Amino acid sequence: MIEATSATPSRSASRPAVAQGRLTWSGVALATHAVLLYLFLYLPIVILVVFSFTRDQFGVRWTGFTFEWYVRLVNNERLMGASLNTLAVAFVSTIVSTVLGTLLALAMERYRFRGRSGMDALLYLPIVIPEIVMAVALLAFSALAFDLIRLITGESLRRSLTTVIIAHIAFSISFVVVVVRTSLKNFDRRLEEAAADLGADGWRIFWRITFPLILPGIIGGALLAFTLSLDDFIISLFLSGPGTSLLPVEVYSKVRRAVTPEINAISTLMLLLSITLVVLSHSVQRRR
Amino acid sequence: MALNTLEQEQRRRARWRLAALLTPGMLWLVLFFALPLVIILIYSVMTNGPRGNIVWRFTVGNYYDLFTRSVYVNAYLRSIWISVLTTLICLLLGYPLALFIVRQPPRWRTVLLFLVLIPFWTNFLVRIYAWQIILANNGLINSTLAGLGLPRLNLLNTEGATLLGLVYGELPFMVLPLYAALDRFDFTLMEAAADLGASRPRAFWRVMLPMTMPGVAAGAVLVFIPTIGQFVVSELLGGAKVDYIGNLIQRLFLRSNPPNWPLGSAMAMVMMLVLLALILLYFRSTTEEDR
Repeated sequence: MIEATSATPSRSASRPAVAQGRLTWSGVALATHAVLLYLFLYLPIVILVVFSFTRDQFGVRWTGFTFEWYVRLVNNERLMGASLNTLAVAFVSTIVSTVLGTLLALAMERYRFRGRSGMDALLYLPIVIPEIVMAVALLAFSALAFDLIRLITGESLRRSLTTVIIAHIAFSISFVVVVVRTSLKNFDRRLEEAAADLGADGWRIFWRITFPLILPGIIGGALLAFTLSLDDFIISLFLSGPGTSLLPVEVYSKVRRAVTPEINAISTLMLLLSITLVVLSHSVQRRR
Repeated sequence: MALNTLEQEQRRRARWRLAALLTPGMLWLVLFFALPLVIILIYSVMTNGPRGNIVWRFTVGNYYDLFTRSVYVNAYLRSIWISVLTTLICLLLGYPLALFIVRQPPRWRTVLLFLVLIPFWTNFLVRIYAWQIILANNGLINSTLAGLGLPRLNLLNTEGATLLGLVYGELPFMVLPLYAALDRFDFTLMEAAADLGASRPRAFWRVMLPMTMPGVAAGAVLVFIPTIGQFVVSELLGGAKVDYIGNLIQRLFLRSNPPNWPLGSAMAMVMMLVLLALILLYFRSTTEEDR
């Protein structure tokens, strides 16, 4: 996941001349394999989009074109409310995790201190732990915390969007740290030294030199955090309360019963949003 | 003397800066990530009460049940088996694809890589759901078959469908690290091997594969981790007919009446420890290669 965002641009020009321009059996086989795999990756997505416009009420056959399902979607208060909740959660958790993650990345890349390797491990753990483990841990934690709060203050709290936001921040921070650290690693520190030689103080150096240069990394990390939050289903399922619905949870509970064209429509919209985000992140990374 | 205090002052300020950078994020991670893990570790050795409440009495019974009762043992074995299978299939499909992409001219390479990135960023649930439309009993494949006068096939709600969905969902996570590894690989080494008389399969096994092993390992880890804990794919495409660990954990925490959090916590702990052992193994293997 991490290499994906950083490996795209800049690479050595030395390309193998092997088999280029020359038709070989293995070359044909590789190309055929690639075409088939791309079809495999994209056909379901294309079918999903196409069937969001079908008249068929089961959403699995083509019986003519209609916008009806999108109109119904807009009038479906429950789904619209869930969409707004999901966006709100994503915005808040992105902002907090981007700030916290960037600060952590600066500390981890620029300082040597005791306990650094332990913190490194703690930062990687949320990436390598299966989401369901984190979800049940946070569920158990929130239940215990609520019990304690009730004992102490007498106030009874329930799981809500706030618990989901807290959880999303907890798993997004690590991803932001990884992306921002990559851009700090590729950074020419002589620029900062030159600024210091010219008499700039630390604060000024950070805002005039360091920050603009790592900004693409920060934006890349933020977009990743945003996507992770939008797409997250497992933690949202475990941590959202009874009254607060989130889009992936709504979609899941409907999809478990049957295919509906309305779900095809909302899925198509989610797809569109994802593609917008990946294009954005791609262009940000390329500008570096 | 004056210089000395200046230096001390600078050092003191650097320490404060470091503390200011570290504290908020680390506090968040300790409070909302590390502490919850400690809590389920504690829960996992506690007793479940009759109404699904936690009784604070120490027991190793949860772990004993996990390793002795066939329901749980089978769920673990099944999860491990399908994860291994998914990882292997993704590797077999992904390696040739990454190789193909890496050998294209730069312009094409960017486009092809981007096409792998899109599903990677796209909602997993949505991508799995898309297969329901295709595989359902009244779905695309079956209505096509019916149109041709052929008998319907039972495709959805099978273990085959689960495997298909997992491979489909995780494939991009395999291709991207493989691409990164192959991108760093010096292809002239293959020519050198050929000049020295190695056949192409031999050159692949002895040169290319060993040198791209870090990418293979990274891809395997990225595919294996989400697969071992999954419960969504086996519910949406597998029809929840057989239990994987993820399904059991989800049920014990959310659906069972009464719930059994201690047992669910023990299941999660065992899953996490198995994975961490595998990942340590992976890190050890990559550092050995660096040497």
